[in-house]
Order: sequence, then C-alpha cells, then structure tokens
Amino acid sequence: MPEPEAPPPGASAGPALSRRKFILGVIAGGAVVSAASYRLLAPRAASRPALLGGERLLTLRVNGRLRRAEVAQQETLAWTLRYKLGLTGTKLACDRAECGSCTVLLDDVPHYACSVLTHTVRNRAVTTVEGLAAPDGKLHPLQQAVIAEQGFQCAFCMSGFLMAAAGFLKTNPNPTRTEMAHGVSGNLCRCQDYSKILDTLMHGAELMRKGAQA
Amino acid sequence: MAVVRDIMAPFDLLQPSTAAEAQRLLARYGADAWVLAGGMDSFDWLKDRIKKPAVVVDLSGVTELRGIRPWNGGLEIGAMTTLAEVANHPGVQKNFSLLADAVRHVASPQIRNQATLGGNVSQDVRCWYYRAGWPCYRAAGETCFADTPVGRNREHAIFGADRCVAVHPSDSAPALIALGAQFVLRTASGERVIEAEDYFVGPNREITRINLLQPGDLLASIRIPSDFAGARFYFEKVRDRNVWDFPLLNVASAMRVSGGVIQSVRLAVNAAAPTPLRLRRVEAAVAGKPPDASTGAMAGELAVQGAVPLQFNAFKIPLMRNLVKRAIGGVEKAVWA
Ligand SMILES: Cc1cc2nc3c(=O)[nH]c(=O)nc-3n(C[C@H](O)[C@H](O)[C@H](O)COP(=O)(O)OP(=O)(O)OC[C@H]3O[C@@H](n4cnc5c(N)ncnc54)[C@H](O)[C@@H]3O)c2cc1C
Repeated sequence: MPEPEAPPPGASAGPALSRRKFILGVIAGGAVVSAASYRLLAPRAASRPALLGGERLLTLRVNGRLRRAEVAQQETLAWTLRYKLGLTGTKLACDRAECGSCTVLLDDVPHYACSVLTHTVRNRAVTTVEGLAAPDGKLHPLQQAVIAEQGFQCAFCMSGFLMAAAGFLKTNPNPTRTEMAHGVSGNLCRCQDYSKILDTLMHGAELMRKGAQA
Repeated sequence: MAVVRDIMAPFDLLQPSTAAEAQRLLARYGADAWVLAGGMDSFDWLKDRIKKPAVVVDLSGVTELRGIRPWNGGLEIGAMTTLAEVANHPGVQKNFSLLADAVRHVASPQIRNQATLGGNVSQDVRCWYYRAGWPCYRAAGETCFADTPVGRNREHAIFGADRCVAVHPSDSAPALIALGAQFVLRTASGERVIEAEDYFVGPNREITRINLLQPGDLLASIRIPSDFAGARFYFEKVRDRNVWDFPLLNVASAMRVSGGVIQSVRLAVNAAAPTPLRLRRVEAAVAGKPPDASTGAMAGELAVQGAVPLQFNAFKIPLMRNLVKRAIGGVEKAVWA
C-alpha cells in the first residue's frame, strides 16, 4: 500500500524536504556495509563535505593529567582510552550501553564510555579505573575491599563496577545494601556474582567513610 | 540483532554553542545532518550503520537548551537536561513527582546520567526489524515484518496499528501528557508551542515519522504548567528486567480529588500504540466519581475497548486494563502485607 504523500490536514507548511526522502537518503548510505566502504564513501549530496570525518588533535583531562591524542570525530571515549591512550582497564564488551563494563566518570558522574563521543568531553575530567588509586600508589578503598573480600570471579566487569560505585558513593556515601544495588544496577556480571560484589562495594564504602574520618 | 562493527562510519561532528548556530548548521546540511543530544538512541543507528549522516550536530555544548527554570508557576525544562537532572530536581520532586518517577524508570543509572528529556520524547521506535535496517513500511518500504504469523511482536501495538505495528517506547512521554506539558519547538519559521500529545505522529498520519520535527527543527524545551502541581499521581511501568528494558506498557495519571470525587484527571499509557495514548474517554467517564476500586475497574474495562492484539501480545490487554485500574482506583494492599 503506498503511503500518502500529501501532508495531513493541519500540518505545518514546514521545509519542503519530507522525512521519507530523508530516511531513504540515509538508509541508502547504509545499505552497502563493508569494512572497505569505511573510508571510501562516495559523496551523496552536494552538501556532503569533501573530506568526511577525519582525526583531530585533542587534549583530554584523564586521571588528572593532560593527554593528547589524534581522535576521529566519530570515535567513542572507550575506543580512545583503550587504543589511543593505552588505558585498557576500561573494558569494551557490548558496545551498546547494555552491560556497564566501560563505565568511567565524567566530572565524577558515571557514564558508559562506549556511548560517549570523545570530542564531546574535551572540557570534562575523565576518570578511569587507572585513576582510582592515589598518586602515591595507595589503592582506593574500593580496590582495597576487592582484595579483602575477593570480590570478583573473572573480574572482567570489575573496573566498570568500581567506577559505577565510586560515582554513586559521591552522591550517597552511606548507602544501604539496596541503595548500593540500585547504584550499580547499570552493570552486569557474567559470573552472576552479585552478592559478593555487593559485599565488596559495601565494605569499600565503609573503608571510605573511615578514611574520611581519619 | 545489533551487529558489532569496528566503529561508526565517519561523519563531521559539528559542535555549536548556541541554539541559533545549531539551527543555522541544520539548515545548511538539511537531510544530511543528524541532531545528537545524549546519543542513547542515536548511537545504535550509527554503530549499526543503518543510518549514515554526513554531519552530526552535537547539542551538548548548547547551554541555553539545558536546565530547569520556573515558568508561570510551573517549570520549563530545557530539552538537553538529562533524565538524572530531572529526577533529582527539587522542584520536579516537590510538584511534579510523576515526571521524576517516570524518568527514574528509564534504562539504567549511567544512561539516565547522559540521556536527555528532549531525546527521550524524540526517540525512534524499537521494533527490531526496523532497527536492523529491514525495508519495512516505517523505513519507507512496502511491508511489515513484525505483523506476520511468525513475526516477533510480543512488544508491539494493541492500538493504532496502521501497516506499522511498532510502539512508542518513551517512559517520560505519558507522564508529560498527564501533566499537560507543552513542547517548545524552534523551526525555520519560528517558535512553535504544541501540546505534548500532539507532538507524536502515528503511522496513519505519516508512517516514516515519529514526531513533528522536520529536518532542521529543534526541540528547545518542555513546559509543565502548574495545573496539576502537587496533585495525586500514579506511574507504573511493566518490563521484563528492572534495568535497561523498555516498557511492555506504562501508565501515568494526574488527578485532583475533592469532596471524595475526581475533579479533574489526565491519563496516558505508552508502549500500547505507535504514539503515546491519552485516554480521553476514560478521563471523561471517571470525572465526578470517587477514585475507588469500582471506578478503577470501570476505567480499566473502558480503556481496552477496541484493542486488537497481534499473534504474541494479547497479554497486553489485561495488562493495560489492570494498569489503568490501578492508576484510577489506587492499589489495594495485598492481604498478606
Ligand atoms: C540500553 C538502552 C535502554 C533503554 N531503555 C529505555 C527505557 O527503558 N525507557 C525509555 O524511555 N528509553 C530507553 N532508552 C532510550 C534512550 O535512553 C532514551 O530515549 C534517551 O532519553 C534518549 O535521549 P538522548 O538524549 O540520549 O537521545 P539522542 O539519541 O541524542 O536523540 C534521540 C533522537 O531525538 C533527536 N533529538 C534529540 N534531542 C533533540 C532536540 N533537542 N531537538 C531535535 N531533535 C532531537 C535525535 O536527533 C535523535 O533522533 C534506552 C536506550 C538504551 C540504549
């Protein structure tokens, strides 16, 4: 059944371009997908810039240091951290904001680094699991708790959990176990070791409070 | 069905710092441009390479589109305000807790820290056939892959299907409709203010659209009038997992009760149809009645009249009946509680 092309009654006389044309145009570009097409896309429209994307030199604030890197415009922060800056503590698993293993802090707030464009965090402080320990190497209380409680099995999800917990504890330093569970509910553990993980994070929170008093 | 590929196809990332500049860029690139807010809907499209815009206009540096301010006794929420900021805002919590409650049910904490309210109401449908790039009606093709005897349609529509059977997935939308919110658009021909429920476009009107935005338009803010400030609210979302999952169904209501009867009420559900549904017939039927179990039962029955299930989603009919019943009649305490 053909779709009605006429605008519905009462629709605004907006720009002439219909959403149908827009969708067809954008989908046509995506129909042929291969690794080879990655940098060799043919220009589609007059307005398409001659050189798409490309890398730009960027200065990032990561774990308290200024780091420079050549970053593609479509590059995600997880990619930059791991493959440009060598910070492989940030894990990449689902790449779809559905598992939490890439969690880092942006200005102390947990985000999925797989779903952040690096170019959008130029003015923000990025903290990865490598930045949790003190500059003198003393482990963060959450890390101490991991050792004390033997908190993880395979530990692939660990850095994501620690960053999510570290961010959550900045807003609620004295959570109940249920609150902590909510705080790290955006992180999955493939080993299903949630009970021990929560023991660990609660212990870490306690160590943090003690440290704050000392 | 997401296919993990290396990284997104290349695009030019443009980062304006004012809304006017963003509009100029969008006007210049037209259909080649993609508006990026928090990106939680956009990145799937771009990573799967189903959509390959030449230019991405990132609104994260446009501070004027962000924040919550008093407005006419109510609130005006910039489109770029994150869901976490909405949920934690004292004014939202005090007077419009319905909205705080709704956005707290979205996805996961990390997603709420990044996803914006404007993006949440503007997001596309989640039908996997469509999202995977199949040439369905909504993608300007000639068929629906979900509405076949073997199509996976457990999550799909029981109302309003017209060739496309996908549902609108937003959790904030029904709450905003119940609160009588207004959406402020910036279009090429100037500012346009529309009622929340009129923002959404169903397949019967235009199948390849989900809302009123034309290429080049911006959603600038969402205004919440004072009408239902501090009213009696109800929000409930049913989903498979308590984190990440989209609603199988949700319901939101705002109600003023005096003298033991409902003075005024607004009621909406989502994930039942291709657009969020305001249930006007139910609103009219319950007005003047006590907000009790029998009014709730009547409301639930009325709400699902005319529902048409697909092969695998008939469960949504009793689900919607019960959610509406609770929203109007309240929730009875379990006998063992
Ligand atoms: C794993 C996962 C789970 C999810 N679960 C839920 C859920 O349970 N409930 C739910 O409601 N959502 C859910 N979502 C969807 C998503 O989180 C929300 O829709 C989010 O609020 C989108 O906002 P954003 O700012 O990230 O949007 P973006 O992806 O940046 O934008 C979404 C769309 O709106 C357009 N847009 C955004 N802002 C504007 C503007 N100001 N002007 C014009 N156009 C604009 C964009 O061009 C794009 O087309 C989920 C997403 C993921 C990835």
